[in-house]
Amino acid sequence: MNRVWRRMPSRGFSAVWMRNFLVWRKLWIPSLIANFGEPLLYLLAFGYGFGQFVKTMDHLPYLVFLATGIVCSSAMNASSFEALYSAYTRMEMQKTWEAILSAPLEPADVILGEVGWAATKGLINALAILVVGFVLRLWSGVTIFWALPVIFLVGFAFGAMAMIMTVLARSYDFFVYYMILLLTPLLLVSGVFFPLSALPAPVVRIAQLLPLTHAIELIRPLLTGRVPHAVFSNVAVLVVYGLAGYGIATALAYRRLQR
Amino acid sequence: MARGECFGLLGPNGAGKTTTLRLLLGLTQPSAGAIRVLGLPIPEQARIARRRIGVVPQADNLDPDFTVEENLEVYARYFGLMPAAVHDRIRSLLEFAELSERLRSPIRELSGGTKRRLTLVRALVQDPDLVILDEPTTGLDPHARQHLWNRLEELRAAGRTLILSTHYMEEAERLCDRVAIMDRGRIQAQGAPRALVDRFLPRYVLEIREPVRNHTALDLAHCQVEAVGALTLVYSNEREYLTNLVDRLGISRYLERPSNLEDCFLHLTGRGLRE
Repeated sequence: MNRVWRRMPSRGFSAVWMRNFLVWRKLWIPSLIANFGEPLLYLLAFGYGFGQFVKTMDHLPYLVFLATGIVCSSAMNASSFEALYSAYTRMEMQKTWEAILSAPLEPADVILGEVGWAATKGLINALAILVVGFVLRLWSGVTIFWALPVIFLVGFAFGAMAMIMTVLARSYDFFVYYMILLLTPLLLVSGVFFPLSALPAPVVRIAQLLPLTHAIELIRPLLTGRVPHAVFSNVAVLVVYGLAGYGIATALAYRRLQR
Repeated sequence: MARGECFGLLGPNGAGKTTTLRLLLGLTQPSAGAIRVLGLPIPEQARIARRRIGVVPQADNLDPDFTVEENLEVYARYFGLMPAAVHDRIRSLLEFAELSERLRSPIRELSGGTKRRLTLVRALVQDPDLVILDEPTTGLDPHARQHLWNRLEELRAAGRTLILSTHYMEEAERLCDRVAIMDRGRIQAQGAPRALVDRFLPRYVLEIREPVRNHTALDLAHCQVEAVGALTLVYSNEREYLTNLVDRLGISRYLERPSNLEDCFLHLTGRGLRE
């Protein structure tokens, strides 16, 4: 019990977040363009191209349907990427974590700071898409403001799960598997491009256990002026993924870093 | 250890020096035993202890994404110190390490010696009572090493407690009040560097750098002989005996000198090469 108590994060985690923020601030324009380019291309290519043939989906104009999904998937991708590649670089290549751990900070603080930062990166990227959607007049209603904390939560959940991979990884190669074998299928079955109802029933049942599905069930209504119909369970699923991811990643981080 | 003391950990690679230092910081969990640092039990209170400890790690881990000044500011944040609170302190520390002109330099533009000095400055940014240095001068050129030694002597003179691990006996003799020679995870001997040499070895040594054929000339009542690879070391308290020995052995490649900490180190940790 004593040990568990010692492994609770301290306020010091904010210094880890701040460190990453200060680095980002130096290079925010190229960073934003890099992360923002891909979702924007999807949006334009599918939204306008595909949208010529499919006018509406699930009672929404297709471009709106897709854009709401892409807000979620870009938050997912940005936070996962940050927690995988960038965090691994700081841990293994730059030894930034090692320097931090000789200060009065613990692995619990480092992981919380890193996951918090990954969530922030997810939010920043989603915000860029939100701005584009705003210019294109895709959103409606004031519920859009509720979308912001939800996007942060989505980023936290994905950042925390990716962090498990990072503290287990022996090289960057592991992350390719994570992206291709986990995130890409997730992207395809969670309702980003088409509604879940188009999938066979067994797949739907699996999809309903996945975090991206719940993220979209929250974000899509919030961006189109409606109230999500299962707020509590959607949020609960994301919180569970976030906390479980954080807890497991932290336990593994102690094992890896305090040899 | 006493406050203001400089303690050196000596030992071959794999002796457990770094592990010992990590244990003191609570970065490695002990399998048995009790550790107290600055009066605090470790690892239970390691977080609090580290607030008062500065660390110079073996490999540089300065933050490559920041300049010299930013590195120090960001590091101070890890101790809960805001940039405004450490601004003056950072200036005076950079002056102390003769780094004032490098304030805005990116880390990649610094030489190895400059990086080490910056790492030392970083360890001092929170004004620690204890500074732990893991092989602080490994890989530095002689100038950079002298420079760093001068800084460490100043720290010692200012009453800061230092613990350092090193491979360099010269470094230990110059800086440390006390040293411990470690091997295979155990302390083989400890004490003041000079006292340690006196305890284990005769005062003088004849270092013979060629094969010794005339073994009968070596009288073991007057001397002690050790072989290190192609080298033969003949120790004795009688300097004249060694001087005469040179003639009697008819050798030309030799060095006669006082025995030193390095001899003592080799004597205690075995002569064989470690893998």
